[in-house]
Amino acid sequence: MISIRGVSKSFGRFLAVDGVNLEIPEGESVALWGLNGAGKTTLIRCVLGLVRYRGAITVAGWDARRHGKRARMHVGYVPQELGFYDELGVARAVLFFASLKGVSVRSVDDTLGAVGLEGHGGKRVRELSGGMKQRLALAIAMLGDPPVLVLDEVTASLDACGRREFVALLSGLSGTGRTLLFASHRVEEVRALAGRVVMMERGRAVSEVPAAGFTGAAAVAPGGSVVGAVGAVGAVGGGGSGAVLHLMMPLGVRLHAAAQLRAGGFEATLNGVGLLVPVHRERKAEPFQILAEARIRVEDFEVLPTAGEEAR
Amino acid sequence: MSTLTGSRWAGMAEPGRGSRRPPGFAGNVVTVARREARDAVTSRWFVLYTAAFAGLGLAVSFVSAAGSGGTGLSGYGRTTAGLVNLVLLVVPLMALTAGASSVASDRERGMLPYLLAQPVSRGEVLLGKYFGLALALAASMCLGLGVCAAVLAWKGHVTRPASLAWLLGLSTALALGMLSVGMLISVVARRASVAVGTAVFAWLVLVFVSDLGLMAGAITLRLRIEELFMLSLINPLQVFKMWSLYAADASLDVLGPAGLYATEELGRTLHAVFAGCLAAWAVVPMLAAAVVMSRRSPL
Repeated sequence: MISIRGVSKSFGRFLAVDGVNLEIPEGESVALWGLNGAGKTTLIRCVLGLVRYRGAITVAGWDARRHGKRARMHVGYVPQELGFYDELGVARAVLFFASLKGVSVRSVDDTLGAVGLEGHGGKRVRELSGGMKQRLALAIAMLGDPPVLVLDEVTASLDACGRREFVALLSGLSGTGRTLLFASHRVEEVRALAGRVVMMERGRAVSEVPAAGFTGAAAVAPGGSVVGAVGAVGAVGGGGSGAVLHLMMPLGVRLHAAAQLRAGGFEATLNGVGLLVPVHRERKAEPFQILAEARIRVEDFEVLPTAGEEAR
Repeated sequence: MSTLTGSRWAGMAEPGRGSRRPPGFAGNVVTVARREARDAVTSRWFVLYTAAFAGLGLAVSFVSAAGSGGTGLSGYGRTTAGLVNLVLLVVPLMALTAGASSVASDRERGMLPYLLAQPVSRGEVLLGKYFGLALALAASMCLGLGVCAAVLAWKGHVTRPASLAWLLGLSTALALGMLSVGMLISVVARRASVAVGTAVFAWLVLVFVSDLGLMAGAITLRLRIEELFMLSLINPLQVFKMWSLYAADASLDVLGPAGLYATEELGRTLHAVFAGCLAAWAVVPMLAAAVVMSRRSPL
């Protein structure tokens, strides 16, 4: 359904995507995983025809460059954060994008109701919360029931509750014959939605792994480079220790943070976007305390169950 | 929390997965234009500019009419001249800033890449925005000049509908040219504030600096009359002014030697010359904007 062959994209001297090859058959769900700057979002923008690139991309058999409109007709897209026309009414927004897609909406209420926005059609877009805007973006992406859904870090700007709800909403879409391509740095999201994970590093697709049991844990080469080995949560968490904290933080502080945590008695493994720290059920807060004392800022976190916990 | 399924979506909109033809060029242009026009007429700038245009127009009309005794064609001629000068100041500012903020502000708030991720081409978005804003500007001018004409008629001053229609048509032509320049600025500029600032600078250059430059050039370079006339055709505001005078009087004598030269040498073809100049201002910057937009990342 999506074919990416030898795609490269550079911004000046910076090579953002470097010769990526990826075949996604109809109905498969693929996650792009990697550090910030690994090239995930740029690759998605290439698929959508938003940036110029070298190589070839086809969507449903249509060349994304030469027949961009045709290719995008098969794609529903949800960005990280929706920069909508704030003054536009919610129902009007749905009708506007339906018109661009050549889709006649039978009922705006039903369309909005499918993403839990029933009764919000009369509001202006600026009156919606971040989570609601993402749901609106999903409703718009699904207009015309496109066979391909492309999501770019869609839960990055949501709080924990909003994230859970949005992933639950999306999980109903995977496994319905729809092709899913999404970028994420959240393990839970990848495990809930993906069938296959493509690990990206410095613009290149360095390895592919099944999403089942994925933690993003990776062997780290000298200098902190991810080389793509993946372990199961149970192995990282030491099985039955309670949970694994996935702490997300900027690249520059990760090695220092890992050293601090190890000094505090915790195992810390680098993955694509932060650290994986197995913790006992009753010691979940301690790594945060250690990092706070070391003045290391944690941007985001998630608590992953160990393999043992999941089995229960 | 509800979950979604493909079949649930398939039942809500047509066409489903089978037939997938994107809407045609015209369809998407109309869709974007309608949204842009609606957005523009409900915005504060539209209300402000329209109110200012109508208010100043009324003030100019009454002052002009009072100065001529309020009746007769000479009274109306003075009123038209006053309105022409008002249009020269207000309409380019309106059109330049409206065009300049359109694409740049969409890019700044992340709306442009989202829009272009839909089955729509860059040319469709650009042209749709242009037509939408043109419609809003035309509505603003119709309202402004319409209010002036209505109040003047109500107060018993003589109005000549054909002259007003000419003024409205020429103002719209000027607005289309300036809007086109604004769109080019908007496509080139990275930020909306830079785009609007550049548009205001362009307005200052067109309204004030080019006049002074022309005068200075005429003196220092000892330009010949025909050269002076040709140079004045470069500025769309001068073209509008000359065309308005020519349409009202069938002569450009009031402009002095350059006007006399134009009337004698070009005669009836002057309408076509002026129309061609304003049309070029509407088309060439938009073509340039389309080229820039097609090559530039919307991010």
